[in-house]
Amino acid sequence: MALSETGDVSVQDGVGEGAAGSNLIQLVDALGVRHPNPHYDPLVADVDGAALRSLYEDMVVVRRIDSEATALQRQGELALWPPLLGQEAAQIGSGRALRQDDFVFSSYRENAVAYCRGVDLTDLLRVWRGNASSGWDPYTINMATPQVIIGAQTLHATGYAMGILNDGADSVAVTYFGDGATSQGDVNEAMVFAASYQAPVVFFCQNNHWAISEPVGLQAHVPIADRAPGFGIPSVRVDGNDVLACLAVTREALDRARSGGGPTFIEAVTYRMGPHTTADDPSRYRDANELEDWAAKDPLARIAALLDSMDLLDADYADSVKAKADGVAAELRAGCLGMAEPAPGDVFKHVYSAPNSWLDRQQDHYERYLLSFGNGTTEGD
Amino acid sequence: MSTMTFGRAINAGLRRAMDNDPKVILMGEDIGKLGGVFRITDGLQKDFGPHRVLDSPLAEAGIMGTAVGMAYRGYRPVVEIQFDGFIYPAFDQIVCQVAKIHYRTQGAVKMPITIRVPFGGGIGSPEHHSESPEAYFTHTSGLRVISVSNPQDAYTMIQQAITSDDPVLYFEPKRRYHTKGEVDEGVDPSASDMGAAHVVTEGHDVTLVTYGPLVPTARDAAIAASDDGVSVEVIDLRSLAPIDYATVEASVRKTGRLVITHEAAQSGGLGAEIAASITERCFDHLEHAPVRVTGFDIPYPYSKLEFHHLPDLDRILDGVDRVLGRRNSLSGLER
Repeated sequence: MALSETGDVSVQDGVGEGAAGSNLIQLVDALGVRHPNPHYDPLVADVDGAALRSLYEDMVVVRRIDSEATALQRQGELALWPPLLGQEAAQIGSGRALRQDDFVFSSYRENAVAYCRGVDLTDLLRVWRGNASSGWDPYTINMATPQVIIGAQTLHATGYAMGILNDGADSVAVTYFGDGATSQGDVNEAMVFAASYQAPVVFFCQNNHWAISEPVGLQAHVPIADRAPGFGIPSVRVDGNDVLACLAVTREALDRARSGGGPTFIEAVTYRMGPHTTADDPSRYRDANELEDWAAKDPLARIAALLDSMDLLDADYADSVKAKADGVAAELRAGCLGMAEPAPGDVFKHVYSAPNSWLDRQQDHYERYLLSFGNGTTEGD
Repeated sequence: MSTMTFGRAINAGLRRAMDNDPKVILMGEDIGKLGGVFRITDGLQKDFGPHRVLDSPLAEAGIMGTAVGMAYRGYRPVVEIQFDGFIYPAFDQIVCQVAKIHYRTQGAVKMPITIRVPFGGGIGSPEHHSESPEAYFTHTSGLRVISVSNPQDAYTMIQQAITSDDPVLYFEPKRRYHTKGEVDEGVDPSASDMGAAHVVTEGHDVTLVTYGPLVPTARDAAIAASDDGVSVEVIDLRSLAPIDYATVEASVRKTGRLVITHEAAQSGGLGAEIAASITERCFDHLEHAPVRVTGFDIPYPYSKLEFHHLPDLDRILDGVDRVLGRRNSLSGLER
């Protein structure tokens, strides 16, 4: 990456090599050097040493959550886990920019965003342990549960934002998705609707360079952020491994939405350092050198370096952060292992909100079947 | 009581639902100034404003997906799919999201979305304008599916659909839009059950089950049969998912003979489901295997031949003869 005097970085990563006009917003470079930026600095003027430490702590904690969940999967306690390793800055930077009354519609990899929203740690694992179809009541943390159909949630966010408009509120809907999702019709339709109605929605695309085994070049021949202006949506391309820059661009997008300026598209250029999920094997399709290149741009390392340069990373502090992360991991593990088992009858619950004659009959027959073994019950907890 | 067309009755029901609940919002293509290609939403944007009657971009998945988001926000979206054959781009959002979000969130998020679908043939239209896709949706758990056959039900049941906390597909038989009927606008929609079938004509020889556009045809067939000394009981299902089997079963226990007729293709259709369920439930009362009189397993045909595809009075009567073991078009064929 070549630094310009303004701190912008010309595009040399992944898609759009050599494409003109798409500068990457970066406030803290890979070595932890803070570069001034006259446009974005005012948006993070409040981020003092303590706030920077707080962002760092969140990133350390969510990386620890991620490694603990991966371990739980390897130990057979989770059926599957989608790691976010490498994407901590994109998710914490944007997630921390949100207000409580904003509403998030994400994919399945935004566990760090959920952490920012205050998710109960056990709830984070329910779906991956196979104990429930999803983990939490979306209204308790104003975040929909993970969406598995690629890109579908972008329309939900746009519709939610249309509802905000109708309500005359100044909340914002924020939707998270990946580079692969940008090929979906739903994402493109969401941008059409968002622009037409000037809905207060932020499209936060984490371009992590890989959609399972498919490189981003298969999804897009131009920088993804460059598509949005064609829909009439302003966009920005940000270093997704720079937590401060992600915070700044998200704040700008939220401010625009709150003040009636409509949608914004953010492309956070980052890297999925782990597999797509614990069932994936990236060694089959990507070069180890690529991983090394991106490891050198690690989002945590650069903030650690910045804090160190500010004399804010002494050994006591580093130990306390590690202890905090280990504590969260222990809580996560305990919550996972202590999760109540669902009862057979739970499969019939909540298909409808009202009684249903077809389903009631099937449940009745299945209960009789289970009872025919003499020990069955389908009652839930 | 007032006399109004089928289409006007839906319009009046929508108007009343919007009056009753400010969270009811209409979305669809051309539904604003134009009032929809069938004029079902005529005048509603003028009276309720463009923030409650939204002309949508031409993207059915987009309409359905944004309706999901609206529902998350506490709205009760009523979506118009312009024609039956245009619903497929929205299929993913309906099946994977609308139908499943209540289950997925263990009841925390409700999806009170009404999806209005003008459906069925008989209007001389080109491809994609005359389809009967209801079985795709009756096969999808989490959805309720209804079809209306007369102006009073159209008026009452659109309101029931909108107040339902579960998503409802509301299939409107477009070739009946101009049929007039008496409508009591003072009726309380909450006083009746959206899931209940309706016995249109009582009879004791044959049970004839149908819904939507073929209800008037079935009623005419019953009248014609009675001239021939056969007493046909016509049941208008009204709810297609779930089906009110108690009503159908009570009738079949009386008649011992079941004919099902619908415009949709035969294989894997609702007729198959009804025949199987009724056979399971009251096999001992059946005097003859259930008979299906349906559209063929073909893409909807070009308009000059569509009345060969659509069951009509004579084909239904032929089915009645078959279930009675009387001489019919298939007499002498091995079954």
